[in-house]
Amino acid sequence: MQTKKELLKVTDLKQYFPIKGGILGRTVNHVKAVDGVSFTVYEGETLSIVGESGCGKSTTGRSILRLDEPTDGQVEFNGTNLLAYNKKEMNSVRKNMQIIFQDPYASINPRQTVRQVLTEAMEIQNSVPKSERNDRVLELMETVGLGPHQADRLPHEFSGGQRQRIGIARALSVDPQLIIADEAVSALDVSIQAQVINLLMKLQREFKLTYLFISHDLGVVRHISDRIIVMYLGKIVEIADKKSLFENQMHPYTRALLSAIPSTNKENKKERIILKGDVPSPIDPPKGCRFHTRCPFATDLCRTEEPVLRTADGMLEGHQAACHYMEEIKTGEHQPTTV
Amino acid sequence: MFKFIIRRIIQTIPVLIGVSILVFSLMHLVPGDPAQIMAGESAPKEQVENIRERLGLNDPLPVQYFNYVSDAVQGDLGNSMRSGRDVTAEIGARFWVTVELAFYSTVVAVFIGLIAGVVSATKRYTFTDTAIMIIALFGLSMPNFWLGLMLIQWFAIGIDLPAWVPFISDTSWFSPSGWGSFKQIVLPVLTLGTGSAAIIARMTRSSMLDVIGQDYIRTARAKGVKERVVIYRHALKNALIPVVTVVGLQFGGLLGGAVLTETVFAVNGMGKLIIDSIQARDFPVVQGTILVVALLFVFVNLLVDIAYRYLNKRIDLD
Amino acid sequence: MTSKPNSYDNILEIKDLQTSFFTKDLEVKAVDGVSFAIPKGKVLGVVGESGSGKSITSLSILRLVEEPGKIKGGEILFKGENLLEKTEAGMRKIRGNEISMIFQEPMTSLNPTFTVGQQISESYIIHEGLNKKQAKQRSIEMLKLVGIPSPEKRINQYPYELSGGMRQRVMIAMALACNPELLIADEPTTALDVTIQAQILDLFKNLQQELGMGVLLITHDLGVVAETCDYVAVMYGGQVVEYTDADTLFKSPKHPYTVGLMQSIPPHDHDIEGDLSVIKGSVPSPAEMPIGCRFAPRCPFATDLCRTKLPALETDEEGKQIRCWIYSDEWDGAPEVNIHANKERTT
Repeated sequence: MQTKKELLKVTDLKQYFPIKGGILGRTVNHVKAVDGVSFTVYEGETLSIVGESGCGKSTTGRSILRLDEPTDGQVEFNGTNLLAYNKKEMNSVRKNMQIIFQDPYASINPRQTVRQVLTEAMEIQNSVPKSERNDRVLELMETVGLGPHQADRLPHEFSGGQRQRIGIARALSVDPQLIIADEAVSALDVSIQAQVINLLMKLQREFKLTYLFISHDLGVVRHISDRIIVMYLGKIVEIADKKSLFENQMHPYTRALLSAIPSTNKENKKERIILKGDVPSPIDPPKGCRFHTRCPFATDLCRTEEPVLRTADGMLEGHQAACHYMEEIKTGEHQPTTV
Repeated sequence: MFKFIIRRIIQTIPVLIGVSILVFSLMHLVPGDPAQIMAGESAPKEQVENIRERLGLNDPLPVQYFNYVSDAVQGDLGNSMRSGRDVTAEIGARFWVTVELAFYSTVVAVFIGLIAGVVSATKRYTFTDTAIMIIALFGLSMPNFWLGLMLIQWFAIGIDLPAWVPFISDTSWFSPSGWGSFKQIVLPVLTLGTGSAAIIARMTRSSMLDVIGQDYIRTARAKGVKERVVIYRHALKNALIPVVTVVGLQFGGLLGGAVLTETVFAVNGMGKLIIDSIQARDFPVVQGTILVVALLFVFVNLLVDIAYRYLNKRIDLD
Repeated sequence: MTSKPNSYDNILEIKDLQTSFFTKDLEVKAVDGVSFAIPKGKVLGVVGESGSGKSITSLSILRLVEEPGKIKGGEILFKGENLLEKTEAGMRKIRGNEISMIFQEPMTSLNPTFTVGQQISESYIIHEGLNKKQAKQRSIEMLKLVGIPSPEKRINQYPYELSGGMRQRVMIAMALACNPELLIADEPTTALDVTIQAQILDLFKNLQQELGMGVLLITHDLGVVAETCDYVAVMYGGQVVEYTDADTLFKSPKHPYTVGLMQSIPPHDHDIEGDLSVIKGSVPSPAEMPIGCRFAPRCPFATDLCRTKLPALETDEEGKQIRCWIYSDEWDGAPEVNIHANKERTT
């Protein structure tokens, strides 16, 4: 592989949401939705973020686009720090970074036709000369698999899958470099989901797109990603290329997450790790390793000292996990401390 | 909960300050010299000066305001220009009349409104529903002074009515004026409560329809709960949450409506006091009455918020 | 099947169920001739995508379909008795008692203004005539059974104070309160995270075996079916297209839709080269169903026969059922159809 170009570099990103309270309604605490996350997205790749609800994966996506203003950290896009931009500059950068949401219906004006939705996006960014916009609309619709006869229909006349195609067309209308897909296929029926996944992958090949793909569905993630980040309670617990993550996962949480997915493969039944309890509150996350309250391997060390992301022996380059005992768990030296 | 109440009370302070400033400014916003107006146009200069001095109108405005508020906090709202009596005493004599009127009207409005709204919602799109909603629309669009006059005509006097109006032979059941006995209370309460009943009915209906479509109502039915219990226990408690807010606001509206209703029925309450005092240019009484009504409104809304919070366990402001 | 009253092999048997929604001048057939059976103590999975009619089928069983929906015809035999002939009062005795139901959204399926205890107790008060105190005691036991820590404390909490997983446990406790013989679970884990789903499914399987109840599990997740069900009914367009035991379904699915569904799910345990295979087109809306086989417009094997005539749900000697012309004598396509050879890869 040639040297990869860093398209997006996130460093120590923090997103705290204040909680108001007390008699005078001042900020009494914070929801630490994203708490010190660093990663790089290379041009042309698909990097996925997986994790359960409340892990901060969607917030990370929103913070990068500054849809929520990050509390701290750096977001570099093409080498420049986005957080230093003012509103106007930020708007012009947004042309290069688009987001697709889970529910396209909620993000499309219900009173606009497809043509209006797409034209408006081009107008805002002024990316396409006025005279060419109409042709561009039809071209985009064809790209995402919609017919030209549907251009003047309203969103409610489309099925969920088709609406998601409109959302994708809108994102593409400004020729972005990076698309953040936030649970973009999660609400779709499986037969439709497969179509949209294929579409996203085709578009990536055709337009050299880079994806930051946020999802909770590990099957989809396995199919679409080059690299994967696993988040838990606002932190990255593991980051790896796809093969390493699915075949040589090092963090106990990653392992539990993968084992929890119900499988249709009845012969190849693996042992299921059932985690006890719920994810703790991000308002007051556990000290030490955030996963220790649910981890079968936790010790006093885990309860007091926070593990950092690191690469142990036997892990490929770029594969990192944040666990004090990952080597020992792998070799079997460290056994579960609870049953 | 206790913390919530304390917090809510503290939050009313800025409102009270705002109200007091408005009430205070009232006298100065009226065009012309208030002292001259009070004294009458042809009054001699000394008399005007006398009034000015007595009311402290020569002091700078902030000082006047400070004096007004500090007196008011001690229960001293000045003296009536008309009777010379203490304003606090003037209001005190009529306070409960208006509160009673507004309270009974609210009770009647809530009672009628809730039942109508629930029935309407559970019989959606039927004749009953349509009929109730048309009546509600009617109740909403009738000005209450007109309704009051009509009720007096119809029930209390029984004259001058077109032939198609059902004839009320015994009008002694209702009294066209005054306050105190049941006879005297019924018509003013109906007059004042009708509009609110209509609003509450409409609100309850839409709120109920929303709640009836919720998943937990299906859960209740799936448990084998009787339909009546589903509606009145599971649904109504949730549907009441937005209705409570409306009831609070309505109560405030009723205090305002009392001005007209009391005048129509010659009820000697705060509403009539305001009208009479305005006509007599009796500024201290107008100011004092408005202040008291505003305080009452703030207080009722505090109660509503507490009730709201009791019903809606999800808002956790602590 | 013998029709002697009070002798039955199936805890539930549905025959030709028809449920429609009536608008001004339109009848939308949401459920159009659904038949299946749940043997005593077994778990039947009903699989289908949105618009397949699976949820309306489940609501029809308890006769909870709301206006403008109506059950038009068919039979719903519970312990051999047709529920469609019962009075409303008779149905109320069954709901939450002999047949209970769990819904998809634990966040919205509990009443926000009542405590968890009040909501579970209600079943005991209605069906077993217990007083408040006794009912509360039983509710605490129930919460313990479904694995809720410190149930004495939880019982006085309101739903908003609980996590999604905890709420679904409460829903399960509520459903199991009166020891139902049949439990209908409509997407019970869909709204939950996978690690919580694993907890709930585990609990669910244990309780099902312990209590020996029949279960109707509605889901769109074939993985969940594989992990929990004995039998599976695959629904499409308001009809059952395939009914068989779970092992057979996953080893050798027969209906082109079942096959297509399985192939379009990206697996998490192995890689797929190239594009996913897809089912072309989109789910038909119940208002405009194709006249022939409901799946014909999307089926890679469809012939003129499929497009014009609706196939019947045929039962073989083992009791497995299939609704597809390929397996009939009338089939007019290629004599040997490789059902797995779908090369559809469109985007």
